[in-house]
Amino acid sequence: MRERLSNALSEFTAAAALVVLFVALSFASPHFLTADNLFNIGAQTAVIAIIATAQTMVIITKGIDLSVGSVAALAGVVGAITVRDLGFSIWAATAVAIAVGALAGLVNGLLVTVARIPPFIATLGTMSAARGLVFIVTGAVGVYGLPESFQLLGNGQILGIPFAVVLTGVVAVGVAFLLAQTRFGQYTYAMGSNLEAARRSGIPVGRHLTAVYVLAGVLVGLGGMIAASRVNSGQPNYGIALELDVIAAAVIGGASLFGGQGRIIGTLIGAFLIALVRNGAVLLDISIHYQMVIVGLIIWAAVYFDQYRRRRLESRG
Amino acid sequence: MSTAPETERSVDPRDVTAEAPVLEARGIVKRFGHVEALRGADFTVRKAEVVALIGDNGAGKSTLIKTLSGVHAPDEGELLVGGRPVRFSTPVDARQAGVETVYQDLAVADDLSVAANLYLGREILRTGPLGRLGLLDKRAMRRGAAEALSQLGVRIPRVTTPIAMLSGGQRQSVAVARAIIWATSVVILDEPTAALGVVQTERVLDVVRRARDAGMSVVLVSHNMPQVLEIADRVEVLRLGRRAARFRADEVTTDELVAAMTGSLVTEKEDR
Repeated sequence: MRERLSNALSEFTAAAALVVLFVALSFASPHFLTADNLFNIGAQTAVIAIIATAQTMVIITKGIDLSVGSVAALAGVVGAITVRDLGFSIWAATAVAIAVGALAGLVNGLLVTVARIPPFIATLGTMSAARGLVFIVTGAVGVYGLPESFQLLGNGQILGIPFAVVLTGVVAVGVAFLLAQTRFGQYTYAMGSNLEAARRSGIPVGRHLTAVYVLAGVLVGLGGMIAASRVNSGQPNYGIALELDVIAAAVIGGASLFGGQGRIIGTLIGAFLIALVRNGAVLLDISIHYQMVIVGLIIWAAVYFDQYRRRRLESRG
Repeated sequence: MSTAPETERSVDPRDVTAEAPVLEARGIVKRFGHVEALRGADFTVRKAEVVALIGDNGAGKSTLIKTLSGVHAPDEGELLVGGRPVRFSTPVDARQAGVETVYQDLAVADDLSVAANLYLGREILRTGPLGRLGLLDKRAMRRGAAEALSQLGVRIPRVTTPIAMLSGGQRQSVAVARAIIWATSVVILDEPTAALGVVQTERVLDVVRRARDAGMSVVLVSHNMPQVLEIADRVEVLRLGRRAARFRADEVTTDELVAAMTGSLVTEKEDR
């Protein structure tokens, strides 16, 4: 009960911070509350939220995925190349991008489960390898010359709602349901909470953990494609340091780096908060360098709060 | 390879009944590299008894327990369940044979609720196509958990409470209850009360007694001699990877147990 309260508490704290920031930005910048900007924030939140959802699943298993930025970039440029060079439709390109993400997730999962490399190091390697592949397949040049239709995922809309936001909703509801209501979700929390107990309960932990990384990769692939679609090109430099934003989003929302805890609703709030910080900084003309400092501070604060919460729980136990 | 003849005082009256032991280990050898942790160990568990397994540090208790629960495969010797030879290559094999184990610290997932822990790895799914998609029947699990815990006399606030919120005694009671609920023949408890206070220990032992009275066999690994004599029906002593002695708990003193553990009292034949 108290743990649930503390879950709700971190979500509530994040939501309160979100509201405060939203109101503050409304006053601070005349451009903030414009339809264009809100649409922009929506699409930007969408990418962070989808990839942070993937990150949350991995963090719940007591893992971490540092490769999300590189893999998103790889998925995006490969998707763009299939459209430009092979004449794929946006949908077929999205499927390819998702497959790229899934493959990267499979590699991460096998490195962690079969090669038994700690997630931090395994995904650090993937981060470098995937970024290298991005530069190899693009020749370090952006993929341009894409048809208008390529922008559908990132800039299209349904009834005035950004298409990316709709996709985010579908992804978030689906993953939240998966985590909360299914055996897959139960195993995910159990492995992060006590891997050995899970193993001895007969849960096929290797297979399941791999599946979590693959599913995370699928979402990262989708996110990368949306990001590419937003700028109507495949950018080799996309997603550098993106892992920081999405880890921050997940932890702000209550996911614990100690594993076993985290909910998608919290992650969505966290993603929105991070997107607002980024957007606000641009509107208020705060340099990208200060943004990096701000995100760093937020990560410190969120992780500190997570540890503080754990200690209080444990001192009670 | 046959069971060594025993001195008169160690013969259990139940030995004369024809019923085969529910779980028996014969001549188990287990090596780790050059170290021989078990050197022909025997162990017997009969129906509806609490048998304590004691021994000095390094006597091979943990290795024997892990062999009985399928974590280690023995290099030599055989395991019998209900008189039939079995081979446990994984803990799942042991569980399928009705042998459940509670390990010292690895028993439960703190972040999951009591109900989720009781059903971990054996989740009840919804019926129909939703179940095939892996959808949990949480209500059925909550109900089943509450029922089973009240039968065993385990008192916890609610089955939806995460384990992290429970006291050490409650937590261990849940772990023990979980093993008892799913075991069909034997529950192995490795130092179940090592970290607990007096009252909490008593609660866990109550759960063990109830299980025994309901026909379950319990193997208890413990360093606490008074506790062993309080709860066990029989005691088997392991020394240097072999069974050194067997006693009925109501006929033995703490001094004799210690003597058996240190090698100055032997009731089992030395050679085989």
